[in-house]
Amino acid sequence: MIDLMKGMFNKDELQSKDLAKERLRLVLVHDRMGVSPEVIEDMKEELIQVISKYLEIDKDGLEMELDRQENSVALVANIPVKQLKKR
Amino acid sequence: MDGKVYVVTSGKGGVGKTTTVANLGTGLAKLGKKVALIDADIGLRNLDVVLGLENRIVYDIVDVVEKKCRQEQALIKDKRYSSLCLLPAAQTRDKTAVSPKQMGELITQLKKDFDYVIIDSPAGIEQGFKNAIEGADEAIVVTTPEVAAVRDADRIIGMLEAEGLSNPELIINRVRVDMMRRGDMMNIEDMVEILAIQLLGIVPEDENIVVSTNTGEPIVLTEDAQAGEAFWNITRRLEGEDIPLISLEEGVVDRLKRFVGLK
Ligand SMILES: Nc1ncnc2c1ncn2[C@@H]1O[C@H](COP(=O)(O)OP(=O)(O)OP(=O)(O)O)[C@@H](O)[C@H]1O
Ligand SMILES: [Mg+2]
Repeated sequence: MIDLMKGMFNKDELQSKDLAKERLRLVLVHDRMGVSPEVIEDMKEELIQVISKYLEIDKDGLEMELDRQENSVALVANIPVKQLKKR
Repeated sequence: MDGKVYVVTSGKGGVGKTTTVANLGTGLAKLGKKVALIDADIGLRNLDVVLGLENRIVYDIVDVVEKKCRQEQALIKDKRYSSLCLLPAAQTRDKTAVSPKQMGELITQLKKDFDYVIIDSPAGIEQGFKNAIEGADEAIVVTTPEVAAVRDADRIIGMLEAEGLSNPELIINRVRVDMMRRGDMMNIEDMVEILAIQLLGIVPEDENIVVSTNTGEPIVLTEDAQAGEAFWNITRRLEGEDIPLISLEEGVVDRLKRFVGLK
């Protein structure tokens, strides 16, 4: 009964099942494409080099991952830009 | 007419393949079907013990493929149902003692005499798995509601599809309703959606299973055990009966909770 109550009142807290689901989704995206997180890491490094030729970016804030929507997989990158490089 | 050949597999070890094979086999025999169970886990023989038949073994699967005995000699009759047989794994050999080709031939022979042939696959994706799926018409994938088990199930589903077993069905074992309600176990719907395969059944975590393996009496024969009821439902689904997934497997307590709006 106590458990039942908890289940009813803590709805907005992040539940461990949600974390499990997210982690599972992410790991399966990589598994299914045969792309390891290392490959993504290498790609990220190279991308930083290319983009840095044109923009000053916040390397530590850069996020890149494979994401699965409906029936497609997207490479999603979030690259914070500090400022345009003066040529 | 040839019988139907199922392989029960999982990827991750210890999720309940052998338990599933023993119970579905016994359930189908209870329904009057002729059933042969094959323990393809060579070197780690288990199915005999779960069925309580360990004292009856004379020959095993390797003896059959090496032609040291005839197929009928190696098939052990169940204590309870004479239409149920077990072809035991060899305990002192390894997975390479049988080749996929030999396995295929064995099954082609066996299915002539039985309504169902159910193969208990070893964990993993190596030769033991390749042997186990050889000759199978249908695959059943067993998982538990954990990230690692579902991940491995996904890998196995991919491999089954690559081998032409394109519509595997899923059994989710060791489900705990109390944990799901608390949000500490992944939902059934979420797992089914992620794996994108047909759900064959849900089996609750049930300590009666431990008792049943102690005695060598499959739980499916214990009607008032939750897991027994679940395996019985799955058995009947295999036989083509249309048994709703949720309502029956919820059990009385849950139906009551739903009724009073607590669920
Ligand atoms: N629903 C359940 N409730 C409680 N215990 C269970 C349940 N299902 C399986 N078990 C227990 O879990 C253990 C592993 O089950 P089982 O041997 O069937 O798994 P397996 O997938 O065949 O393992 P392996 O990969 O080693 O062949 C056994 O001790 C069994 O009794
Ligand atoms: Mg086993």
